[in-house]
Amino acid sequence: MSSERAVVVGASHAGVQLVTSLRQEGWSGDIVLVGDESALPYQRPPLSKAYLAGKCSLKELAIRSEDFYVKQDVERVTASVQEIDRSAGELVLGTGDRLSYDALALCTGAHPRRLRAEGADLDGVHYLRRSSDVERIREDAIPGRNAVIVGGGYIGLETAASLRSSGLHVTVLEAADRVLERVTAPEVSAFFTRIHQEEGVDVRTNASVEALVGDTRLREVVLASGESVRADFVIVGIGIEPTTELAEAAGLAVDDGILIDAHARTSDPDIVAAGDCTSQDIPRYGRRIRLESVPSAVEQAKVAAATICGKDKEVAALPWFWSDQYDLKLQIAGLNTGYDDIVVSGAPTRDRDFTCYYLRKGEPIAADCVNRPRDFMTTKRMLTQGTAVDMAALTAEVAV
Amino acid sequence: MAVVTFMSHDGEQHEAPLEEGSSLMQVATNNAIPGIDADCGGEAACGTCHVIVDPAWADKVGRSGTEEEEMLSMNPERQPTSRLSCQVKVCESWDGLTVQLPEFQM
Repeated sequence: MSSERAVVVGASHAGVQLVTSLRQEGWSGDIVLVGDESALPYQRPPLSKAYLAGKCSLKELAIRSEDFYVKQDVERVTASVQEIDRSAGELVLGTGDRLSYDALALCTGAHPRRLRAEGADLDGVHYLRRSSDVERIREDAIPGRNAVIVGGGYIGLETAASLRSSGLHVTVLEAADRVLERVTAPEVSAFFTRIHQEEGVDVRTNASVEALVGDTRLREVVLASGESVRADFVIVGIGIEPTTELAEAAGLAVDDGILIDAHARTSDPDIVAAGDCTSQDIPRYGRRIRLESVPSAVEQAKVAAATICGKDKEVAALPWFWSDQYDLKLQIAGLNTGYDDIVVSGAPTRDRDFTCYYLRKGEPIAADCVNRPRDFMTTKRMLTQGTAVDMAALTAEVAV
Repeated sequence: MAVVTFMSHDGEQHEAPLEEGSSLMQVATNNAIPGIDADCGGEAACGTCHVIVDPAWADKVGRSGTEEEEMLSMNPERQPTSRLSCQVKVCESWDGLTVQLPEFQM
């Protein structure tokens, strides 16, 4: 019997999938899952939606039940990790304890980018990544109050939708000239702007934050234009940064994420990594990409577990994403980077469902599907299989 | 204890206890059943928890809803009793239920 020990650092989507896949791939030794949050590992996407709106408990968001860890013989340790001692094959925990490993996986995730503006440390300035963040926001999120969201990306817009639905006055400040500027076509940005405006959200673009003003507690947000916006609290959603300090200090190659190959191996072949902390060679795209998504974290974790177990598996799945706002379900198949044309099916300036296909040299490479699960599944399948996508067939039902 | 059996495409069987009120997807993931990916965690957003319910159980388990139907409709492995297991709330009275897993989740 093997008495080898696999240690997984980071107990969120990637870490939990990794311990699951280790058992499924036949790892018979010890498994230790180290995380710095004491709660049972929970799903993060609902934090900005159902959990923020108070519609579910943290327990309901558990990725796996408590029983799972017992049955799969996975030991959960709540601690921070201070150091990886590669020569000794040990981790130094925040408690001072040392934990030896035979196989090591890093799933350290990401953390919100901090707002650099005067007053950014005032009470009432929030970030949204962990359950504890949302619990603090919920104390401030009283109906009728003024919430200001800094950042018109997915997290900002989801948060705006949840707070608006809970009866708050909501303003979204986006520094670029449109929301979702980094990730979607202008037509899709215009759609989400229209929906949020119809729901009563004040969406302001070209709106850079100059300063947050208050005594000890936030009172207003001053923009670079000189305008000011009343704010009882602020939620900053201006992107995430991979959490790589531990890997860097251990001498692993890091460049906007822990570098991993298609097998999820870091520059030390005995250490794997998965999830938002990584930047990976993705064979499908022939380049290195840092993906911020649960499906990608899960896919990388499966591959990382197979690699630890000596099996040959490569990341192959098509990247995909989803976002829920109001009654809208946005599902995104593929990456649209480098698109040179779009085809829109439906009427995004009028309706609440449409699909925006992204093309490069005439070939579809991605699709944003709003309330159109069928389009999403069709595109996902065609792009996954690499079969030619028949645009005429996809958009045949456009005529209304 | 009431038990559900997940049967893989190549005939491998995995049993799991039916916990009242959980989704069939949670039953699968909480018991590390291979072949249920459940990428989205139960939001009917990904279609990777597809199961084919034993036709004898189809009425008890119920049929797919509208959104679920759209997610399943283009699936080449789709059967008349296909469901997304995240949309199935299980009952302890379903002891002996068998569901088949497709060859591919996508």
